[in-house]
Amino acid sequence: MAEATASLSSAAQPAAPSFGDRMFQALTSRLVIIVPYLWLLLFFLIPFVIVFRISLSQTAIAMPPYTPVFSLQDGLAAFFDQLRELNFDNYVWLTEDPLYFNAYVSSVWIAAVSTFFALLVGYPVAYGMARAPAAWRPTLLMLVILPFWTSFLIRVYAWMGILKPEGLLNQLLLSLNVIDTPLLIMNTHTAIFIGIVYSYLPFMILPLYSALEKMDYSLIEAAQDLGCTPISAFWKITFPLSLPGVIAGCMLVFIPAVGEFVIPDLLGGSQTLMIGKTLWNEFFANRDWPVSSAVAVILLLLLIVPIMIFQFAQARAQEQGR
Amino acid sequence: MKSLGSIRRSFAPWNDPSAKPYISFENVTKVFGDFTAVDNLTLHIYEREFFALLGGSGSGKSTLLRMLAGFDEPTKGRILLDGQDLRGIPPYKRPLNMMFQSYALFPHMTVESNIGFGLKQEGVPKAEIEARVAEMLKLVKLEQFGKRKPHQLSGGQRQRVALARAVAKRPKVLLLDEPLGALDKKLREETQFELMDLQQSLGLTFVIVTHDQEEAMTMADRIAILDKGNLMQVATPAEIYEAPASRFVANFVGNVNMFEGTVAAREAATARITGASGAQILVENAGDAAAGNTVAFAVRPEKIKVSSKRPEGTVNAMQGEVYDLAYLGDMTVYHVRLDDGQVVKASALNSSRVTDDPLTWNDRAWISFQPDAGVVLTR
Repeated sequence: MAEATASLSSAAQPAAPSFGDRMFQALTSRLVIIVPYLWLLLFFLIPFVIVFRISLSQTAIAMPPYTPVFSLQDGLAAFFDQLRELNFDNYVWLTEDPLYFNAYVSSVWIAAVSTFFALLVGYPVAYGMARAPAAWRPTLLMLVILPFWTSFLIRVYAWMGILKPEGLLNQLLLSLNVIDTPLLIMNTHTAIFIGIVYSYLPFMILPLYSALEKMDYSLIEAAQDLGCTPISAFWKITFPLSLPGVIAGCMLVFIPAVGEFVIPDLLGGSQTLMIGKTLWNEFFANRDWPVSSAVAVILLLLLIVPIMIFQFAQARAQEQGR
Repeated sequence: MKSLGSIRRSFAPWNDPSAKPYISFENVTKVFGDFTAVDNLTLHIYEREFFALLGGSGSGKSTLLRMLAGFDEPTKGRILLDGQDLRGIPPYKRPLNMMFQSYALFPHMTVESNIGFGLKQEGVPKAEIEARVAEMLKLVKLEQFGKRKPHQLSGGQRQRVALARAVAKRPKVLLLDEPLGALDKKLREETQFELMDLQQSLGLTFVIVTHDQEEAMTMADRIAILDKGNLMQVATPAEIYEAPASRFVANFVGNVNMFEGTVAAREAATARITGASGAQILVENAGDAAAGNTVAFAVRPEKIKVSSKRPEGTVNAMQGEVYDLAYLGDMTVYHVRLDDGQVVKASALNSSRVTDDPLTWNDRAWISFQPDAGVVLTR
C-alpha cells in the first residue's frame, strides 16, 4: 500500500527535482538535526567547559572567587600565562581527603538501594496499569504524573511531617498500638530511601509501563500453553521482555538520585554524606568554586558509565522492536 | 454407488456408532458480560481428525478453541478430552498445544529456543531437546535458521516456526487459530497442503479455527459451521457443499441459487415446488418437507446449464435474459435474469476450447437443472 502511494506520487511529478530543490531539502533536513545539537552545545557543553575550567583554577578571595580569570584585554601573552596557571591540584586534593571518596561511595550506594526499592514498588504498579482495562489506563497514567503538579520541595517537606518522631506515621502506629515508642525514621538513611523512592517513582513507572503495555499478551498464553506456570511465564517471558523498561527506569532514578541534594538535606539530617550535599557545602559554605567544580566533573564522569549502559540498552531495544 | 462430492473417504469415525469421540463439547455455554459467545453447544471430534471451526467474526469459533486450550472456562457445560473433564485444568497441564494467530513467537529467543521452549519446561534432557529441535527444524524446512531471532524471519518462516514450536512437544491435539491468516494467497495455498501432510505424518488431531471457507474445505475432514454461538451444521466438506442443512449454511459456503416456493405436492422421492410467479419445479432430496411447507431449493451455479434453446428432456427449465457474463478461462460465469426477476448464477466449465452455443449480453437464454441438482431447505 505504502509502496503504491509512493510510486503514484513519484509518477505525479515527472521531472526530477531541480538542483535548488535538492539543496533546499538537504538544508532543511540538516536544520532539523542542528536544533537539538545547538541546544546541547549551548546549554550542556559550554557550561560543562566553564565548570571544567573552573575546576582547574585556584580559589581566591575575589569576584569571581577563583584565579585566573581569563580576559583578552591584557593581550595574548598574558592569556597564555594565565593558561599555564591551570592545574589538576583540585583533583589531587579530592583523592587526598577521604571525605570525598566516602561521599561518592555513599551516594552511589544510597542511589542504588533507592533504585532497587523503586523498582520493587514500581514494577507491580506498572504491571497492574498495563493489564488494567484500556479505558482506565489514561486515568491511572494521570494519577502517576499528578504529584508533579505540586512543588517537589513541598512534597519532601510533607514527608518530614509524616516521618518525624511526633509525625503522622508515628501517631497512627501509636494509636493503633502497633508500636509503643515512636520510630526514629527521620534523619536516617531509611528516610532518604523513602524520600527518593517516593520522588522518583514516576520515572520508574513510566518506562516500565510503556514496555509492559506494548507487550503482546498472547506471548504469555503461548508460554502457558507450552507448560509454563503463570509465575515461570513471568520470569521467562514478561520480565526479559520488559528489561529495556527496567533499565531505562533504573537509570532515570539512579542518575539523578546520585547527585540528589534536597532529599538528603531535608530528610537525612546532618550526618548523611552524599556528594550533592558535599558539593553544595563546598560551593556555598566554603565558597571554594574550583574544588566544587572538580567534584561535579568527577560526578559526571562517574555517571557517564551508567548513561552509556542506558544508551546501549535503548539502541538494542529499538533494534528488537523493529 | 453414488457418493456426495468427488472424494471417497475411508476415514469416517463419525459414522461409526462404536467410535468414541476424542474431544467432546457437552452443552457448552460461554457468556462474557451480557454477550453469549457460545450457546449450549454440543460437538464431538474424533481422534486423528482434521476438524475445522468455520464462522464469521463473533460466531464463537475462537472462544471454543480458547476454552479447549484452557484460556477460558465454559460458563456452563463441560469439555471432555479422551474421557477426562477438562474443567479446572490450567492450560499448562493440558496435553494440547496451540498455534496462535499472531504466532506469539518469543522475540527475545532464537528460533531454536522458541521451538525447544516447551520441552525445556517439561524438563527433557538437553541432548534430547537438541535432537528434537533439529528434527522439527527439518520438518518445517528451516534448518539454516535455527540461530536467527523471530524478527529476522519472513512471515512464512515465522508461521513455520510457530508450527514447529506447537508440535515439538508431540501434543495429542494441535489447535490452530487462523494459522494462515497472515500469509499471502499463494503461500497460504502451499501451506494448506503442507499442514495436511504434517497432520497425516504425525497422526495428530487438528482443530483449526478459520473464517476462510476455502481453507476449511481444502484441509478439513469435517467442518463445523458456527453462527452467533450456535452450531449450524457439522459435516464433511462435500456434505456441507452439496447437502447444506439450512439456507444460512448454503449461503455461507460457496455460491448458491435459492428457488423459494411452497411444496405443492410431495411424493416419496420427489416434490413439486411452486414459486411466487407460479412456475413449478420438480425436485428430489426433499427430506422431510411436506405439502404446504415454505421451502427453498438450493442449487449451486455449476449444476445449472445455460443454453440459447430449451434443452430437450429437462423437467426444470426457465427462460430469462443474460444479464452479466464473465469469462474466467477455466470456466464462464453467467448471471441470467429470469422473467420473474430472479437473477440466477450459473457457471460452465470450459472443457473444450470452442462452443457451438455462444451467448452474449442481453441474449434470451434458458437455464435448466436436474431434479437432483440441489437440496430442499426448510430452515
